[in-house]
Amino acid sequence: MPDIRNMTMNFGPQHPAAHGVLRLVLEMDGEVIERADPHIGLLHRGTEKLAENKPYNQSIGYMDRLDYVSMMCNEHAYVLAIEKLIGIKPPVRAQYIRVMFDEITRILNHLMWLGAHGLDIGAMTVFLYCFREREDLMDCYEAVSGTRMHATYYRPGGVYRDLPEIMPQYQPSKWRSAKDVNALNENRSGTLLDFIDDFVKRFPACVDEYETLLTDNRIWKQRTVDIGIVSPERALALGFTGPMLRGSGIAWDLRKKQPYEVYNELEFDIPVGVTGDCYDRYLVRIEEMRQSAKIIKQCVDWLKVNPGPVILDDPKLVAPDRSSMKGDMESLIHHFKLFTEGYCVPEGEVYSAIEHPKGEFGIYLVSDGANKPYRVKARAAGFAHLAAMNEMVKGHMLSDVVAVIGTMDIVFGEIDR
Amino acid sequence: MPESILTITIIVIKILAIMLPLMAAVAYTTLIERKVIGYMQLRVGPNRVGPKGLLQPIADALKLMCKEFIIPTGSSRFLFLLAPVLALGPALAAWAVIPFGSEMVLADINAGLLYVLALTSLGVYGIIIAGWASNSKYAFLGAMRSAAQIVSYEIAMGFSLVGVLVAAGSLNLGDIIEAQRGSLGILNWFWLPLLPLFFIYFISGVAETNRAPFDVSEGESEIVAGFHVEYAGMAFALFFLAEYANMILISALTAVLFMGGWLSPFSWVPDGIHWFFAKTGLFLFLFLWFRATFPRYRYDQIMRLGWKIFLPITIVWVMVVAAMVVWKIPPWFSS
Repeated sequence: MPDIRNMTMNFGPQHPAAHGVLRLVLEMDGEVIERADPHIGLLHRGTEKLAENKPYNQSIGYMDRLDYVSMMCNEHAYVLAIEKLIGIKPPVRAQYIRVMFDEITRILNHLMWLGAHGLDIGAMTVFLYCFREREDLMDCYEAVSGTRMHATYYRPGGVYRDLPEIMPQYQPSKWRSAKDVNALNENRSGTLLDFIDDFVKRFPACVDEYETLLTDNRIWKQRTVDIGIVSPERALALGFTGPMLRGSGIAWDLRKKQPYEVYNELEFDIPVGVTGDCYDRYLVRIEEMRQSAKIIKQCVDWLKVNPGPVILDDPKLVAPDRSSMKGDMESLIHHFKLFTEGYCVPEGEVYSAIEHPKGEFGIYLVSDGANKPYRVKARAAGFAHLAAMNEMVKGHMLSDVVAVIGTMDIVFGEIDR
Repeated sequence: MPESILTITIIVIKILAIMLPLMAAVAYTTLIERKVIGYMQLRVGPNRVGPKGLLQPIADALKLMCKEFIIPTGSSRFLFLLAPVLALGPALAAWAVIPFGSEMVLADINAGLLYVLALTSLGVYGIIIAGWASNSKYAFLGAMRSAAQIVSYEIAMGFSLVGVLVAAGSLNLGDIIEAQRGSLGILNWFWLPLLPLFFIYFISGVAETNRAPFDVSEGESEIVAGFHVEYAGMAFALFFLAEYANMILISALTAVLFMGGWLSPFSWVPDGIHWFFAKTGLFLFLFLWFRATFPRYRYDQIMRLGWKIFLPITIVWVMVVAAMVVWKIPPWFSS
């Protein structure tokens, strides 16, 4: 009698649910997974090495491209690391702006996650609902930085510029009549802060809308409850962070445990799960979106009444404005030095971590006193999560692999770096 | 001799009169699906090819016809080519017994209901053979899922048809519709006394056509395209046609069996073929609505649904229907 062998299946890298370029080698007994072996490295771009060959201030843009659905949060960790090494602190207004955009980014990321997770499990409509709100948040990115994704908005010593007084508006075109455009521009007539304020007001209703499609849906529950359970002990041992850890019931959040910027002055709650399955992690992330909206609201209220500088007035670190550069010799020299040589950072090493939407995102920076880092190491939350793939899907079925990939919220930009 | 030629000619004309509009309906169902789901998802759907996107199905068909037809090296050639035909054939053949109006039916046979049950079940062989013959692991998983799926809903589906049979006392689809006629109009139709069977039949129908939320054998995000992952061009188009023809067929059957076919919902409004189309359209819309709303089942969950929920309910309700018929419960079974 021939011996029965398990079927080996190659899942990805070209697969609709591979979230980019995940390659999973699955050993299956029928549809039941015996072993899952994730292969990584298909999106490796050598970000860390590239950053070691450039002055400190020129690598911020690379950080956007790590986790390319939560751009500003990556920048934040890198910028914080540099600030820690130099020993500076940005003005309070800049800190509030950073917190506000961190939370906007968290919502952006969670919306992307929710859409992709829904799509993986077959709920197509949620995806497009999520993209409707993402569009508005992308517009906020565009308003402050000029780009919709890779913002490069945070700089050592603050943020690149203050929040704009006007919001970009739609223009009438062949496909959009003036009447339609007026309706679209209604909440864009004020400042960016007004627009965000308006967004935060209507966002909870949007979250309710996603929830009506999923939370009490029997099929959704059947597909997520008790799938990919991680016990609190295992979650800690596997190095889980963020919603993956909180879904298992451990209230660990760097915003509360090691507050950075102005998080200790803001009021918000940390949602935690109970059983540590996909459904709990889903609920945790949904609640995080609501909490983020709450934080943004507080930031908007503060920013509206507290004008001030948004970046340090230190010509060695911060580029002079264009007009003074044209007439002032010293500014010209500062500008030239900053954009060619950058600045030297005192010798030392530092690890700065932030509560990234996916978990703990940290930058470990070693400086030998030169204008370039000696070593940059990014700690990506997704890497530890993906490493638990085998443990989470063992004994489940192929359809559950997809649900688990979705619940991990993997982005290969940060895992492969 | 000339008489038989004449009969054959008339039959061929009748077949064409059903097939051509059906094919057009299939093509435009794809457009309606994209439009309806588009609007449900805050999009507008196709609107570039032709006025309001009305030529989109034509463009799609042309594209598929011009595509290269690929037969994978490791595949079983004969079965690989047979499978799409086997999927489409039954979906079209079943239309022979569907009564569009009183006397408007191609083959008025007495075993109509059995014929329909047999043919709708046959379509799944196309899927299983396609998955097996492709010699691809994804396709094979699709075939396996399809086989597991069919045993779970087919029995419940059969039992709901038994309920209809008991209630109508006939296997002829035209007679089944006539049995639903009554002075109360819509309340006389079988959907009311057979309510659980009605739901189960339609849900099983959705499962049989491999539509969301039961599209596990296709499972886009899991096994990519499942059973037809290796098919390209026209062969793929045949599967596509089969799926949509089946959707329309199931909608039409639900309309015939439970919603009184061509009967008018109100006694003071005349009957007519338009009622049949309206009811079919209503169920077709439900197919699209489901797709926009529900996540996908896992295939063992479909089996659980079929065996543990549908089957007991149908068995119990067949008994109930039998009792209602025996005791002549008005207004449905009083005569």
